[in-house]
Amino acid sequence: MPDPPADPAAPVVIVGAAMGGLRTAEALRKGGYAGPLTVIGEELHAPYNRPPLSKDVLAGVVTHESVAFPQRASTADVEWMLGARVVSVDLAARTATTGDGVVHSYAALVIATGLRPRRLDLPELTGRHTVRTLDDAMALRDELVPEARVVIIGSGFIGCEVAATARKLGCEVTVVSPSALPILRPLGSLLAAEILARQEAHGVAFRLGHTVTGLVGASRLEGVVLDDGGVLPADVLIEAIGSDCNSEWLAGTGIDCSDGVLADGAMRAVSTDGTVHDDVYVVGDIARFPNAMFDDAARRVEHWNIPTDTGKRAGAVLAAWLARDGSYPAAAAAPFAPMPAFWSNQFEVALQAYGLPGLADDIRLLEGSLSSEAIVGYYRGEHLVGVVGLGMKAALLPYRKVIAESAAAAS
Amino acid sequence: MIKIEVDMAQCQHYGQCVFEAPNIFKLNDDDKLEYLATADDSERDNVESAVDVCPMQAIRIVE
Repeated sequence: MPDPPADPAAPVVIVGAAMGGLRTAEALRKGGYAGPLTVIGEELHAPYNRPPLSKDVLAGVVTHESVAFPQRASTADVEWMLGARVVSVDLAARTATTGDGVVHSYAALVIATGLRPRRLDLPELTGRHTVRTLDDAMALRDELVPEARVVIIGSGFIGCEVAATARKLGCEVTVVSPSALPILRPLGSLLAAEILARQEAHGVAFRLGHTVTGLVGASRLEGVVLDDGGVLPADVLIEAIGSDCNSEWLAGTGIDCSDGVLADGAMRAVSTDGTVHDDVYVVGDIARFPNAMFDDAARRVEHWNIPTDTGKRAGAVLAAWLARDGSYPAAAAAPFAPMPAFWSNQFEVALQAYGLPGLADDIRLLEGSLSSEAIVGYYRGEHLVGVVGLGMKAALLPYRKVIAESAAAAS
Repeated sequence: MIKIEVDMAQCQHYGQCVFEAPNIFKLNDDDKLEYLATADDSERDNVESAVDVCPMQAIRIVE
C-alpha cells in the first residue's frame, strides 16, 4: 500500500458538498485526523437535508437555513469551496482540477458527487422541472398554485411524494408512468396497489403503462403528448424518472464507473483491473459497494441513510490510513453492514422500510391490514431481507434485528 | 450532563433515534416519540448518532 504523502500541507479533498461529504469530514475529525480538509461542491448552498424538498419546501416558505445541517465544532476549520466543479483528477500525481483551471493537490480524495435527475429528450419549455436540489424545489414551488395542471413523469417515491404535495396545494395532478403500479419495483404489487388506491382516493390521476413522447407549447409548456397520441393539458411538468451518476470527472482514471463508482467494504475506490485505492474513497448515492448484511454483491443504494453510513465508514478508514499508526489494516478489514432505511410520506400514508425489499422473491403480510396499518415482510428464500411498514412505527423497529440476523444467511 | 431538544413540530416519529440511543428515546404505544431532556455525558456519542440519523433533523444537543 502506498503511504500517505510526506507533505502535511496537502489536504484531504472531498468532492461533493452534500450530506455524504459532510459526514465524511465529521468522521475524519472523529477518527483523529486534524490536518487540512477541503470540500469542493457545485451547489452554492452548504449541505442540507433533501427529504423536505419534495414535501415541506414545496408546500411552504422554507429557506436554506431551515433545511441546512448544523455545523459541528469539529469541522469549523474545513475549507468549503462552493460553486466549484472538479473536472478531472490525476491519481498518480494526487491532483484534482477545478473548472477554473486550478490544480489542487490532495493527500486523499473522497468521491461524493452523487446523482443528478435524469431528463427526457424533450423541448426545453418553461414549466419543466426536476426535484433534486433546493433551488429545484424553490423554482417548482412558485408554480404549484391552486388549479395548476401538473403532470408528473415517473411513479417512484419522488413522483408519488410530489404528487401528494401538489394535490394538497390544490393542483390538478396526473402521474404518467410505464410501470403497471406506482413504486412497484422497490415494494412489490401488494403495497403498490394499496398506494395507488390511496393516491387515487385523494384525486391524483394515474396514466400507467404510458410514456411521454412529446410536449405542446412554443416557449411555455401547454401540454404533454402520450404514446397513444393523447394530449394532457399541462402548466407544469415534473420529471421524476430516476437519476444518473455524476462520475464523468473520473474518466480516464481507471476507476470502475460502470454504475456509480465501485468501492470495497472499506469504501475505497476500486479500478476496473481490481486495484483498490488506499487514498481514494467513495461515499453516498454514487457508491456501489458490498453490504456484509446481505452478500458480497456491490450495489448502489439510493436511501437517505446511506450517505451518513458510508461517510462515517470512509472517514474512519481514511483517518486510520492517514494516522500511520498501524491501525489501518484492522480498520479497513472491519465488517461493514449498514442497515438500509427509507421513509415516504404521501397524504396520510407514512411508509417506512428497513433492509433491501428489492432482493425479495416472496412478499408476505406480517401484521395488520393493508387497508389501515400493516407490516409487510420481504423474503429471499426463507430469510427476511426487508420489511415495510404502513404506520405501525413502534412495531416495525424490532424487525431491524431480525433482518440483520437473517439476511446474511440468505446470500 | 447534556441537554436534548426535539422539535416536535418536525418530528414524524420514525424512531430512528430509538435505535441509536435506546436509553434516551422511545416510541410509546401510540407510536409517538418520548425522550429524556437531559442525559449523562456518557450518552453523548449515542445522542449525536441519533441527531445524524433523524430524517427530519429534528433533534439537537443544546450546548
